[in-house]
Amino acid sequence: MSTRSELIEGARLGVGPGAATFALGLSFGAAAAAAGWGIAAPTFFSAFAFSGSAQFSLLTTLHAGSVVVAVASATLINARYLVMGVALNDSLRGSRGWRAVQAQALSDASFMLAHRGGGRFDVPRLMGASAVIYLSRPVGTLIGALRQPDPAMMDRLGVDVVFPAFFLLLVLDEMRSRQAVVAALRGAAIAGGLLLVTEPGYALLAATAGALIGLRSEPEREEVR
Amino acid sequence: MRLWGSIIAVSLANWLLKAGGPLVLGDRRLPPAARSVVALMAPVLLAGLIVVDLAGPGWGDLNGPQVLGVAVAGVAWALRAPMLVAVLVGAAAAAGVRLL
Repeated sequence: MSTRSELIEGARLGVGPGAATFALGLSFGAAAAAAGWGIAAPTFFSAFAFSGSAQFSLLTTLHAGSVVVAVASATLINARYLVMGVALNDSLRGSRGWRAVQAQALSDASFMLAHRGGGRFDVPRLMGASAVIYLSRPVGTLIGALRQPDPAMMDRLGVDVVFPAFFLLLVLDEMRSRQAVVAALRGAAIAGGLLLVTEPGYALLAATAGALIGLRSEPEREEVR
Repeated sequence: MRLWGSIIAVSLANWLLKAGGPLVLGDRRLPPAARSVVALMAPVLLAGLIVVDLAGPGWGDLNGPQVLGVAVAGVAWALRAPMLVAVLVGAAAAAGVRLL
């Protein structure tokens, strides 16, 4: 496929997660406005941080403690992006600076959608998916902050299912080898166990240790999607 | 000022986290052992994200209808429903249970 085709394919694949991100942005905007953040701050945050987990973390911790602790917590939750950036780097082209710019398109969903197996990533597909997902977040946040929908009503509509359901479908799509299944189960078990004793950000970061099972074998020759 | 300062600090930290790998590695390729690990990073992170999202801190956010809705979405997708449809079916299932 050409670069243009992959961009379009990425954008098409990004519509589903984009819809989920819109719902997440809506929740964040409503919660932030209710917490006294106003309209501009949460919208700006959604546009520039491009990370739901960090946004919700800051929202819940900023009013309860010091700024340093709140910022550190929100940053740690996103430490997985460091690992994802390393994983993506082999598929990027150009200078260090240009690679770093391209890596800004990373999001959880686009990282998965762009994965073609064996640690290879389709960068145009990543860009296409991220463009849709990226736009949906601040738009959802702005509408959420303006309209402030009732969180209980959103729960009654099952909106809280949207994001984890998309992640489940994406992980099922990744189950192309026994090793991937075992690694995913290990990651889930590590995250689940650590949630009992530590913050979600640490639990998620530690879950990446599940991928160490890959050290037992050579890179698999997986079929390219 | 406190709010805007925090927002800008987290946004900058996020940019640096994403840029860190490419800035340090440049055009150097990872050794084969590291590539084997990286190949499994996507499913591992996704599985961890699902657990963290559903369970929450200390497993305190676990919600029956939500888990059921996610499972229904998985079944619908396994039955060849398109991704968006499967997710909507899952959300509808959770909404239905909450109505009961």
